[in-house]
Amino acid sequence: MKDMTATAAPVIEAKGLNLVFQTNDGPVQALKDVNLTIGKGEFVSFIGPSGCGKTTFLRCVAALEHPTGGTLTVNGMTPDEARRKRAYGYVFQAAGLYPWRTIAGNIKLPLEIMGFDRAEQDRRVEQVLELVELKGFGKKFPWQLSGGMQQRASIARALAFDADILLMDEPFGALDEIVRDRLNEELLKLWARTGKTIGFVTHSIPEAVYLSTKIVVMSPRPGRITDIIDSPLPRERPLDIRDSREFIEIAHRVREGLRAGHGDEV
Amino acid sequence: MNRVLPILTVLAALVAIWYAATVMMNRAWVYDQAARADTEVSFAEMVPLTMDQERPVLPAPHQVVSELVKSTLGTAPTSKRSLVYHGWITLSATALGFVIGTVLGCLLAVGIVYNRAMDMSVLPWAIASQMIPIIALAPMLTAILNTVGASPLVTKAVISAYLSFFPVVVGMVKGLRSPDAMQLDQLHTYAATGRQAFFKLRLPASMPYFFASAKVGIAASLVGAIVAELNQPAGLGARLLQGSYYGQTVQIWATLFLCAILAALAVMVIAAVERGTLTRMGMAR
Repeated sequence: MKDMTATAAPVIEAKGLNLVFQTNDGPVQALKDVNLTIGKGEFVSFIGPSGCGKTTFLRCVAALEHPTGGTLTVNGMTPDEARRKRAYGYVFQAAGLYPWRTIAGNIKLPLEIMGFDRAEQDRRVEQVLELVELKGFGKKFPWQLSGGMQQRASIARALAFDADILLMDEPFGALDEIVRDRLNEELLKLWARTGKTIGFVTHSIPEAVYLSTKIVVMSPRPGRITDIIDSPLPRERPLDIRDSREFIEIAHRVREGLRAGHGDEV
Repeated sequence: MNRVLPILTVLAALVAIWYAATVMMNRAWVYDQAARADTEVSFAEMVPLTMDQERPVLPAPHQVVSELVKSTLGTAPTSKRSLVYHGWITLSATALGFVIGTVLGCLLAVGIVYNRAMDMSVLPWAIASQMIPIIALAPMLTAILNTVGASPLVTKAVISAYLSFFPVVVGMVKGLRSPDAMQLDQLHTYAATGRQAFFKLRLPASMPYFFASAKVGIAASLVGAIVAELNQPAGLGARLLQGSYYGQTVQIWATLFLCAILAALAVMVIAAVERGTLTRMGMAR
């Protein structure tokens, strides 16, 4: 697997990435010397405590933050060029659907902005609604849907313009565990069907291990990578894989990585 | 019925207090007349005499209602004695002033949200403009507008707009800034242009704020139009002033009530448009 990603051109590549925020309390090192290569079709999770820079890294990839040092390329371009070429779909922590638009209208939002014609918009809306299992809900308004369904709609919106990269910032963080399990399962299916490269920020060890082909463990002050784990789990993953020995071993290694990051903090 | 009963109770209490006040305020005149005629009036004789005076200090409710009915329904709308005639003049100035004020308010709000220099400078001026009593400013504006040849309607509309733009600016600035950082970041990830961000996010998000401001704005417009009419030949403001010149308290009160009714109707019209718009947008539940 490692060889596969090494030979293909990397989708996201960070070399010696640094980001220092200037705050009123002086400079804060949000990212320190981050090196990471993500290949096409990988599912990469970023895990770590608050302030470890996992969201910041994702935002750098999306060109929502600008690194102060090192290099970062997305599809071989600068993040800003990639953003203007609509190389990625971004799913935020909150669904952020517009209350004045129907679910279909919300999914059309990026399509309207990007200038797809009407017939194509309708076709794509139907397609992604089916992909996130919300077929038939297009005419509903957001408040008529549960939190889990709203978050699925926001994933559909990020998928609608069919970017190769999907960046997800704790998309299921606000949902209860049962809904979360279901959405995780659906997300894996969606990933298998679309073959997208996914960057996924999470607080949850089981979620990270269950979903990812690669787990990036990060620690705070300064935000940095403490471990990168290539998962030996197969791509096909039923929910009960979480009781297998391999799963538990990876989860253990992630926990160790988090603890090590915490240890040298003081 | 459960909702009507409390309203009627409050109304009945207000009318009762009003009648009591009528007796209190107008009895001096009754006793005065009696003293001049060298007669005595008992309390029971005095009370009815306070209810039907031609120039009472405080007219009784039924006097005001009958004057209101007489001067609206009982008089030809073309007559200068008709409150419909005067009301229409005021209402047209209010409507024009409201439109001017709202458009100006929205434009200023857009400027404040998008232009840093305007953001730093416009609002203090807008607030200062509202500190000047309109009653002092109206005659000057009228004089200036007269010399540049503006019609009375336009003159009144400008003064009316002067009052109504302010709530619209304040509300629209808040409304256009209501989208959070996440929503703006999201549009950034779509590489949306500033224009798209305005029409697809900021403007629709500001609609509830707009209607809240518009309700305040239309009431302010009416006040502005009435004040502007204090030096005009026709309109509710002119009618109020004439009433006070000639001590026609019944006429003044009837006109005041018509002003209040018009203000309530105007706000109700805005509320109906609000309901319609927000329902169409899917924002009313």
